[in-house]
Amino acid sequence: MRMKKNTKWHKCIKIAVSAFIVISTLFMLQRLLVPKYVDDVVEGAFIAEYYQEEKDFDIVFIGDCEVYENFSPAVLWQEYGINSYIRGSAQQYIWQSYYLLEDTLRYETPDVVVFNVLSLQYDEAQREAYNRMSLEGMEWSPAKVKAIFASMKEEENFLDYVFPILRYHTRWSRLTGTDLEYMFDTKSVSHNGYYMRVDVKPAENVPEGRILADYSFGENAWKYLDKMTALCQEKGIQLLLIKAPSLYPYWYPEWESQVEEYAAANGLRYINFLELQEDTGIDYSTDTYDGGLHMNLSGAEKLSRYLGRLLTEELGVPDRRGEAHLAALWEEKIAAYEAEKEEQYRYYGMK
Amino acid sequence: MLFTSYGFIGFLAVLFLLYYICPRKCQWALLLAFSYCFYFLAGAEYVVFLCVTTVTIWFAACRIEDSADRQAAYLKEHKAELSREEKKACKDRLKKVRLGWILAGILLNIGILAVLKYTNFAIANINGLLGAFGQTGRLSFLNLALPLGISFYTFQAVGYLIDVYRGTVRAQRNPFRFALFVSFFPQLVQGPISRFGDLSESLYAEHPFDARTVSFGLQRILWGYFKKMVIADRMLVGVNAIIHDADACQGAYVLVGMFFYACELYADFTGGIDITIGIAQTLGITLQENFERPFFSKSLKEYWRRWHISMGTWFRDYIFYPISVCRPMQKFNKFSRRRLGENLGKRLPVYLSSFVVWFATGIWHGASWNFIAWGLGNWAVLMVSETLEPLYDRFHQRFGAGGKAYRAFEIVRTFLLVSALRTFDCYRSVPVTFRMLGSLLTARNWNILWDGSLLGLGLSLLDYGILAAGVILLLTVSLAQRRGSVRERIAAKPYPVRFVLWYGLFLAVLLAGAYGIGYDASQFIYNQF
Repeated sequence: MRMKKNTKWHKCIKIAVSAFIVISTLFMLQRLLVPKYVDDVVEGAFIAEYYQEEKDFDIVFIGDCEVYENFSPAVLWQEYGINSYIRGSAQQYIWQSYYLLEDTLRYETPDVVVFNVLSLQYDEAQREAYNRMSLEGMEWSPAKVKAIFASMKEEENFLDYVFPILRYHTRWSRLTGTDLEYMFDTKSVSHNGYYMRVDVKPAENVPEGRILADYSFGENAWKYLDKMTALCQEKGIQLLLIKAPSLYPYWYPEWESQVEEYAAANGLRYINFLELQEDTGIDYSTDTYDGGLHMNLSGAEKLSRYLGRLLTEELGVPDRRGEAHLAALWEEKIAAYEAEKEEQYRYYGMK
Repeated sequence: MLFTSYGFIGFLAVLFLLYYICPRKCQWALLLAFSYCFYFLAGAEYVVFLCVTTVTIWFAACRIEDSADRQAAYLKEHKAELSREEKKACKDRLKKVRLGWILAGILLNIGILAVLKYTNFAIANINGLLGAFGQTGRLSFLNLALPLGISFYTFQAVGYLIDVYRGTVRAQRNPFRFALFVSFFPQLVQGPISRFGDLSESLYAEHPFDARTVSFGLQRILWGYFKKMVIADRMLVGVNAIIHDADACQGAYVLVGMFFYACELYADFTGGIDITIGIAQTLGITLQENFERPFFSKSLKEYWRRWHISMGTWFRDYIFYPISVCRPMQKFNKFSRRRLGENLGKRLPVYLSSFVVWFATGIWHGASWNFIAWGLGNWAVLMVSETLEPLYDRFHQRFGAGGKAYRAFEIVRTFLLVSALRTFDCYRSVPVTFRMLGSLLTARNWNILWDGSLLGLGLSLLDYGILAAGVILLLTVSLAQRRGSVRERIAAKPYPVRFVLWYGLFLAVLLAGAYGIGYDASQFIYNQF
């Protein structure tokens, strides 16, 4: 009897130890193999950074590179006392923007949500890499699950999102020191979701858009814009539609008229910054770092000043610089912002 | 549903759970339901073909057995009253009935297989002939889908019908149980082609959960995945690079391609069979082995006894023997002995029967001339070897060949021969195959073996490292298998050793497996047959 008891215990311990070894090694391997997005393609890290924040933002931007490279929350704070965050990611599709909004609303209800309309052009996901960069950083929630199912391309599998080791199992041949350094920790690569670039590459010979067979936005894109509008209405959030002043990808007049009609029909404010060059002061010879695709720091700060004024004066977003706790938080963030500015100026030999 | 897909693993997990939870007498019914579900997921329209084969073979087998039973009962009952002639007449009459049923069953089912698999091949040949005779008209190809595993389940069902006809097995009277024999999903994809007598007992038996059997089954599945995903699918990259740009990859590349393809095919097919047998084992069902370390064969004849055993024995038992003993062949035998003398005369019928078998083997693998050429190539080598056997024996006796070194030479020679014949399968074109084999003698580019050119085949140095390690492991396991089951020996080791070995193998599949985005995970090669 005693022997039997011992054998049973022995078996239980064996199973428990084996399970522990299996789970812990798989966890460690997964942590090692997943991309860290801290040195090269940093865009993949933006979405996750939001969860480290104290979530009490008045403005939340959602959208693709046209938000995370073109607006500076630091300037909005410094000049207008607006507490904002950009939940942007590379080629973020509209359904991802919608689910990121759902995800954000789990934590807070901002006064204004700013959505960049460029992603209306896509009715289905274009590349798995962009899906990964938008979705991997999201914390698990029903919104994330729905976002994955809405985004997956034919060759993708939900399980690969649940267990990223299945997706990145071959990365062991490309591991670098960074993978070890940031295995369990990460460093901040954005400034409240803003991706800073100070260098300059003037916009020259920007190509015209190629002729399209059909300029209508797809059904899926409209469906998610409708959902976004409805969700904002339900939560009492002002939805502000914008088109950033990026010269490329080309923004067709046919697209513009569809957005204008939609905004008018749904009582939404729509700002096309491409038409506000004089008001914003954007100079495409100095305010872009990649020939007109994205703004550099100078361009982003100009746009932020313009948008900040509009948010304060027309949409009544409050100035919160008087809140001591928030001010202290921002003081740290501004310091980091200024430090990176200096570092980049040095790196690009601009100072 | 690919064996290597997450969906399939989920499917297995659900089946496994239900299989050991449900009442044991329902286990076979659950397997039937899952087998049809598996087949339905492969293509709903294919289920019709599977059902037709199942119903027609089941019905014909029952009628054949009824006829045999009726005959036996009648003869027993009237044993005293019937004269020898009357008994013979009764036997002949009922034999004709049975012959009618078996022919109907075989013709219908092989007919379905032939129409679906070979119609477009026939049309292509007719069009070729029309073109050769200057005719401009062409027949249109038909849009025929080939149901998953049709060659396997048709052969398995037809084999059963012949066995019932021969009286070696009793017919399965329950059509649903018979349906499980035809559709048992692990072997539906690529065999083995099981015999009813071998499989039925364990297929329909009640299986209590047995941890040791289940863990042995899981280990076999894991080993199969290792072969398929770490070796075969990685080798495939190199093979594709060589065959898709055949003109640029001549000479030494062909030799490399031969080696790669031999390894790929072995790892792919035996890996698939390991998964199949392993799945069956986790369910308590025993399937026959399909391989016996074929690359250690010392002759082509031995190789074919050890490679795809279930197919080889099927062709032997259901084609070669019946042809060899059929009345026309007996007549031909007498005729050839009379005309050509005893030595050549007795060989000629064997050559003829073998020719039919190898033609059938070739065309079974695929409806194209390259497979036929491959089959007939094997036939030619086998027949030449057999004819020259006395000469070899004299040579061996005279030079005392038979030591370890000579045996190693024979193994390498057989491997090269098999690999050379496989190039017909690999290049999928007879003229290209001959051109490529010819280039081995003319291209003189042996430097590609060491100057880094092989890195241009889509495989990195790391891939070559993994492949080398994988092939060495395969070889080591094959050598160890000569002394009995490797799993048994591992099971006798202390737990930490077992844990490290199996978990290490799991990690190897997880980290070095060619799966997921970026890898075009190929189907198992034998799925296509």
